[in-house]
Formats: sequence, structure tokens, C-alpha cells
Amino acid sequence: MTREPKPKLAIWKFTSCDGCKLGLLDCEDQFLVMAGAVEIANFSPGSQAGAMGLYDIALVEGSITTQHDVERIHAIRRASKFLVTIGACAAAGGIRALRNFHDVKELASIVHARPDYTQALDKSTPIADHVFVDFELRGCPINKMQLVEVVSAFLNGRKPNTSPHSVCIECKLRGTVCVMVASGVPCLGPATQAGCGAICPAYTRGCYGCFGPKETPNTASLNTWWRPLGVNQPDLAGAFRDFNAGAEPFRTESNSHEK
Amino acid sequence: MKSEAAKANCLPRVEGGVALPDTIKGERMADLNRQLFEPSRLFEAVLRGRTFSEAPDITTRISGIYPVAHQMSACHAMEDAFGMNVQGPIRDLRRLLYCGQWISSHAFQIHMLHAPDFLGCKDAILLAKVYPTEVQRGLRLIKMGNEIVSLLGGRAIHSINIRVGGFYKMPARSGLDSLVEKLKRARDAALETVRWVAKFSFPEFEPDYEFVALQSEEDEYPFNEGRLVSNKGLDINIREYDRHLVEEHVPHSNALHSTIKERGSYFVGPQARYNLNFDKLSPLAQEAARAAGLGSVCLNPFRNIIVRSVETLYACDEAIRIIEHFEMPDKPAANVKAHAGTGYGCTEAPCGVLYHRFSLDKNGVILDAKIVSPTSAEPEVAGVKGGRTGQG
Repeated sequence: MTREPKPKLAIWKFTSCDGCKLGLLDCEDQFLVMAGAVEIANFSPGSQAGAMGLYDIALVEGSITTQHDVERIHAIRRASKFLVTIGACAAAGGIRALRNFHDVKELASIVHARPDYTQALDKSTPIADHVFVDFELRGCPINKMQLVEVVSAFLNGRKPNTSPHSVCIECKLRGTVCVMVASGVPCLGPATQAGCGAICPAYTRGCYGCFGPKETPNTASLNTWWRPLGVNQPDLAGAFRDFNAGAEPFRTESNSHEK
Repeated sequence: MKSEAAKANCLPRVEGGVALPDTIKGERMADLNRQLFEPSRLFEAVLRGRTFSEAPDITTRISGIYPVAHQMSACHAMEDAFGMNVQGPIRDLRRLLYCGQWISSHAFQIHMLHAPDFLGCKDAILLAKVYPTEVQRGLRLIKMGNEIVSLLGGRAIHSINIRVGGFYKMPARSGLDSLVEKLKRARDAALETVRWVAKFSFPEFEPDYEFVALQSEEDEYPFNEGRLVSNKGLDINIREYDRHLVEEHVPHSNALHSTIKERGSYFVGPQARYNLNFDKLSPLAQEAARAAGLGSVCLNPFRNIIVRSVETLYACDEAIRIIEHFEMPDKPAANVKAHAGTGYGCTEAPCGVLYHRFSLDKNGVILDAKIVSPTSAEPEVAGVKGGRTGQG
């Protein structure tokens, strides 16, 4: 009896906090099971894409912020059957996409005495701006159970079962009383994609949008609900400028509140 | 390394992306420049113009490896700016949260990052094949730490329940109580880990480091507060931080390198804390350290892995103590009233001192931010220069 070779899984890091990649280890019990089902071909932070074979699934964390990143993501795409991005950095540019609203040289001069020593592109961009992406798993950070679902879906040749609807639905499923209606707490839930399990409202705070825009979000309408709760123009811009500031619906909405 | 040219495009299992571009000649590493290629992320710049209350949620995104630490330093800095000093049960829960962060981060570093090097395995996945019991024990400890952080913070990475003044919601008493039995098992596992790593072989190497850590004025091992002290005479209130420690930008790195003005590079993290606070460890942790062959001071950086495992044991012990003495407060957070000012926060991330400083306008909007991550305090050893991880 010949054994079929195990599918090869690689994890690649671009500019990020490592949090999503650690989500894989955070799967604790599932991690060793998954490690048994696949051959984890690369897990080192920042490994080079040079000496590699063909991968069945490439998980990509982080956003593109240097010229070197651009070259590396193309090499990874060429070597991968499926490319799945994990997290808000890879899907929308992450918190670093806040630089896209400013002059990056000016920002660098605030942080670094010698900005000329640093290397960075003007913008922090999502992976899909550079190569074809088979699936984007949302979240800052991702939900580890969704990660297990997505990897298992691709291993079995089916569509991942992740919902594109809003956080509101998750609150209803969880039985959480609406924080905006009942307590007047501004909440981004109506415009934000589900996946986190609606944690924030369960802890009595408003959603702050870390899973990015849901499909067809009505952000303009949400504003008209936020204003009577005492949220002013700059805070409205700030609310849409967090970890998914680069996602198109959030970017457009935040821009509309700039003076 | 004899006569061998060494070059590493990326050091595996090192945070921030580090390369060793120069060759190593002969038996000695000659003026090795580490290159940090993780790009600058400009956090300090993008924080300008944001409200004080957003700082814990934004700064946690600096590191998925020790997210709680950034949230804690940011909260303490903001509270300092507003003249607040949060005490009582909220302070206790913050210490408990830090216990969780240390347990998961330390167990991760010990089993996934460091042990493979000591035992000649390429990575943790290979290690799991050779030492399945030990790696599974490590994963159990990671899970224990994450469970504490998830209960208090809502999720293990980038917790959502942390705010300036305290928490959004208190955990249920039953949730806290349910951790105790698990923590007792985790404490046994941590003790096993101390015994395991103590058997590794360590090269003789005791450089003359300056160890820097917090030292609490209370009779407790440092997590959230204290004076910043060293074994070479540093002893300051953290408000004096910028007068004594500076950051410089080295050409081969995208990160800043932090030094003590008078004396140069310094060493932070488990070993620094241990050397400056040994007498404040719990009796069980002290006993385990002695049984593992450590004195009250440990100078060999390779033995850091033993110290780290002793701290993991301490964190389990301390977590049990906190839960058993915990009394539920009336409200989950102290009242916060924003006003203009500058605030300083310094807490002990698993890998060492993490400093935040914010200047705020009268509405609590951030005018200026400074963040010094522990990894920018890499000591210069054997000519190896350079700050390590991207802080901003």
C-alpha cells in the first residue's frame, strides 16, 4: 500500500504583528491534529521564498510595505496552488494603512531621527492589490476556529463556510441585547462582517470593526444613527479609520468626514 | 564556526525579521551587524490625533506575541496623565491578566522557539516528533495562559475588554473560580518544564550585562508598576525615563536601538527581572529555581530558558493566589476624566520593560507618543550591534 504524500501548507509573514499566524498555534488541540494532516513546510517568521517547492496552501499574513515584499509575494503566488490571506493586514493593509492618509516621509520623520535609514513604500497595501488571492480570511486578529475551517475547506476542495453578514446577526444568535438600542453605545456592528462571535457587545462595548466591512454595508445610514448618540465628525472619521482603514467602504466613509 | 563563512538571510524564530549579512571569519564573530528588515510601522506617528481611549486598542496591534503588555502600558500612561492610580480589585485583575500573558508567551518561547535550538531540531514541528510529551505540555500551558487572557479580555490576542480605568465588564466569579483547578494542573506542568529545561546543556558564558527591570515598592514580583532599576546603579521613577535612556537609529536597521545614556546597551526580560527581584518570587518558584541549579542571580544568557520557566511557574502560582483572594468590585472601571498632560507607563512584557509616553491636549487627544519595546534594548555582545524589532 502506498501512502499519498500529505498536502503541503506554508505560512508566510509580511508586515504584521504575528498575531494571526500565532492563531494557528493558538489552535492548541487542533494544531497537532492539523500538523498531522498536512506537512507544514514553512513556519519561520520572515523566511525567504527562494528555496521552495510547490505548496498546496499558502497562508499569508501581513501587508505589503516594501519593494522586497512585492517581489516576495509574486514568488509565493507562483509556488502556491491556493493562496489564502489571514487577517486585516493582508486583506486591507491593516493599521499601517493609516499611513495612506498621510505623507509617509513626514510620518517617518516623527518616528525616526534618520528616516533615510528606513525602507518603506508610500502605502501599506493588501495582498490582493498585487497577486490573485483565492480567499481572504478577515479579522484583527483572525478567529482561530475560522482558520481551522478555511484550511480544512481547501484541503477537501470545498468552499469555506464563513458568513459575510453583519456582527448584528451574531449578537442575535448569541442572545446579546443590542448595545446601541438599549444603552446608546455607538457600535460598528451593523456595517462590520461577522466572524469574531460578536465579542465586544457581549462585553458591553460597541463593535470597533476589526473584521472589516460586511458585504454591502450601509455606512452612511449608520452615521445618522451615531450622531444623536453624541458622536462628532472627527470621531466618525476615526471610527472607520482603524485596522481596516484601507478597505474600500470604510476608506470612502472616513474620507467623507474629513474637513 | 571555525573558518566557516556564515550568513543568514533570516534568523528563524526571531521576532521582527533579522538577518546576519556579514560573514563570520575564524572563530570569532567580527563586528556582526544584524539587519532588521521588518519595515518601520510608524505607530508613534499614526497615534497622533487619536483619542486617549483608542491607545490600548491601537498599540496592542504592535505585537501579537505580547499584546496585553502594550494595552497595560498604554492604560497606565493615560491614567498617569490624568492623575489616576487604579488600585484594589481592578489592579488585581490586571496582574492576573499579565499572569495569563506570561504563561502563554513564556510557554510559547520555551517550547516553540528556544527548545528546538537546544535540542538540535530545526523547528517546533520536528521537536514535537522527538519530544511529544514535552511539546504537548507546552501547548497545554499556552492554552492555560490564553484561557486567562480570553476570560478577562474577551479573546487571547488583541483583547477587547481592556480600557483606560479598568475593564468594560468584570468576568463572572464562576469563570474565575473554574480556572483554579486548571491552574493547579498548569503549575505542576510548569514545574515539570523547569526540570526539563534545567537538563539542557549550556555553554559557559557570563558577560557583564547591565540588567534593567521594574522593582515594585510592594512585596511582589513586578508586572504593572515599580521603579526602573538596574544592577549598575539605575534607580529611577519612570517619569525620569527619557532623561536616562535614549534611542538611536542605526543604519542597518529599520528599528531603533535603545541605550542607557551613561553606560550604553542593557539587558531586559526574565533574567533581568529575576536578578533584581529574586526575593519576591513565591517560595515554590524560589525552591524550583534552586533545584534547577540557579542562584539568586543568573548571569549566563543561555540559562534564560530556565529563568523563563521559573517565571511561568510563578505566574501560575500568583494567578491562583489572586483568584483565591479576589473580591468583585462594584464597577468594572474607575471614572476617567480627560485633561491635558503627559503620562508615563512602564510594565513588564514577557520579554522585558515596555515603555509608553503620551502627551495629550485638553480633550485627551494624543499630541505626541513614544513607545520603547523591550526588543529595542538588545545588548551588544561579541560585536553584535543593533536594535531588533520594529516598534513603530
